Amino acid sequence: MNDFPIEQIRKDFPFLDQLVYGKPLAYLDNGATTQKPLRMIEAVNRLHREQNASIHRSVNFLSDKMTQAYEEARTTVQKFIGAPKSLQVIFTSGATGSINLVAFSIGEGILEPGDEIIISTMEHHSNIVPWQMVCERRGARLRIIPITDEGDLDMDAYRNLFSDRTRIVAVTHVSNVLGTINPVKEIVQIAHSHGVPVLLDGAQGVQHEPLNVVDLDCDFYVFSGHKIYGPTGIGILYGKEEWLERLPPYQGGGDMIDRVTFEKTTYNELPFKFEAGTTNFIGAIGLAESLNYLTGIGLDKILSYEHYLRDYTTQKLNGIRQLKMYGTSAEKAAIFSFVLEGIHPYDTGMIIDKFGVAVRTGTHCAMPLMQRFGIEGTLRASLCFYNTTDEVDRLHDALNTVIDLMA
Amino acid sequence: MEIIDIQKEIIEEFAGLGEWMERYNYLIDLGKSLPLIDQTYRNDEYLIRGCQSRVWLNADLREGKIYYTADSDAIITKGIASLMIRIFTGHTPDEILNADLGFIDEIGLKEHLSPTRSNGLVSMINQMRYYAMAYKAKQQNL
Repeated sequence: MNDFPIEQIRKDFPFLDQLVYGKPLAYLDNGATTQKPLRMIEAVNRLHREQNASIHRSVNFLSDKMTQAYEEARTTVQKFIGAPKSLQVIFTSGATGSINLVAFSIGEGILEPGDEIIISTMEHHSNIVPWQMVCERRGARLRIIPITDEGDLDMDAYRNLFSDRTRIVAVTHVSNVLGTINPVKEIVQIAHSHGVPVLLDGAQGVQHEPLNVVDLDCDFYVFSGHKIYGPTGIGILYGKEEWLERLPPYQGGGDMIDRVTFEKTTYNELPFKFEAGTTNFIGAIGLAESLNYLTGIGLDKILSYEHYLRDYTTQKLNGIRQLKMYGTSAEKAAIFSFVLEGIHPYDTGMIIDKFGVAVRTGTHCAMPLMQRFGIEGTLRASLCFYNTTDEVDRLHDALNTVIDLMA
Repeated sequence: MEIIDIQKEIIEEFAGLGEWMERYNYLIDLGKSLPLIDQTYRNDEYLIRGCQSRVWLNADLREGKIYYTADSDAIITKGIASLMIRIFTGHTPDEILNADLGFIDEIGLKEHLSPTRSNGLVSMINQMRYYAMAYKAKQQNL
């Protein structure tokens, strides 16, 4: 992987160059949040300093300029995910916000008592709880796709879950715990053969694979800005136009209306119908900066470097005899969940933290998945394109120290 | 020994230890040597809900003094539980409720007090105090 400019890339992320407990930081918690390129940090800074004016409202030079930048950001996202029209890109607060929007609006507009929603065992709580809430409200119920011991969806079981009451399928693109890259295209095809729409949770998927929502043919795709090197508090909902037109609005407020009287309000057109109130417009423009940064490096290059890191890490961690890996799918991203035999993940995490190695411990907001494997939690190392094999070596060595300490 | 003196003793023990590795090692040893809670108490009724490591705690009152037993599935947490038990056990509810736990700062465990660490130390201390409050109320009603 000598052709990947890793040293230059690390310089683009000022956060990476710091000491923790006197040791160089090895940040391997990118599944939780990713670090930010200088270009994005500076853009957001500049917008706050020089250009902050509310969008879509005031008749003044700066407001127009900001509105234009905001709508350009929408176009950038549209191109990044391959959406046909920019009005299909809704700015939200994050993947969680996007899923809550769809769940609420499907609940109001579509669901009847006795209807069914299909999700999977490997979902993040964000793609479980909003559906559970809408099921409770509407008297619908969840059907769950089981997974194999390797961490793959059981596709035969999935096919059999459909009934004439199935109204939507909501599954993750990439598992935040197991790293499994789900066969989303096939998932969509199967659902469509039953006339059922599909929401894909791309919180862990969008940053690791070149994406084309038209090719996937999914009906909704959601992701968070902060997990794709963008600001926090901004996220995306992509939807097929006919679905976005059909669903009722989620939140009411300014900007989402056409005309308001005390008797009756009519709603604005897409995408504004779903963007009530003052949106995080600076966050949206910051996100576009990060996407442009990624496009500048080349997503194919990023992907192939991340595959190299994934294979290196797999081999390195498999060399630790006491390490049990959860998620061994043939199709996986550089996300590694594991436990050291006989050692609580929390103990392991606390000790390796002292070596400057940042990982996450616990249930990773996926308690049902932990229950599936009969475990209390795991450690998770999640890598991305600014990580190095040296950092993986440091994780490996720190884990061996834990084993010695606990022996 | 008074609670304050036990704390001083622990502070002295930790002062003799070097870097974090030695401190963790010491906590790990304490964790390993903590007498396990009676299996009948290792259930949800005695579970303190911390986010990441589970702690089970029981307290008995004998002759006006409280005796704690605990267990955890994480060994460092268990070591910390062992320290807490050493400080509180064999004392009256009033002594426990009035104790100032300054030693936690002094031995460098403060990071474990942040609620976001979710290792249950904060919940553990609260639960030990709840037991003291409950026994105190019980004594007053007798």
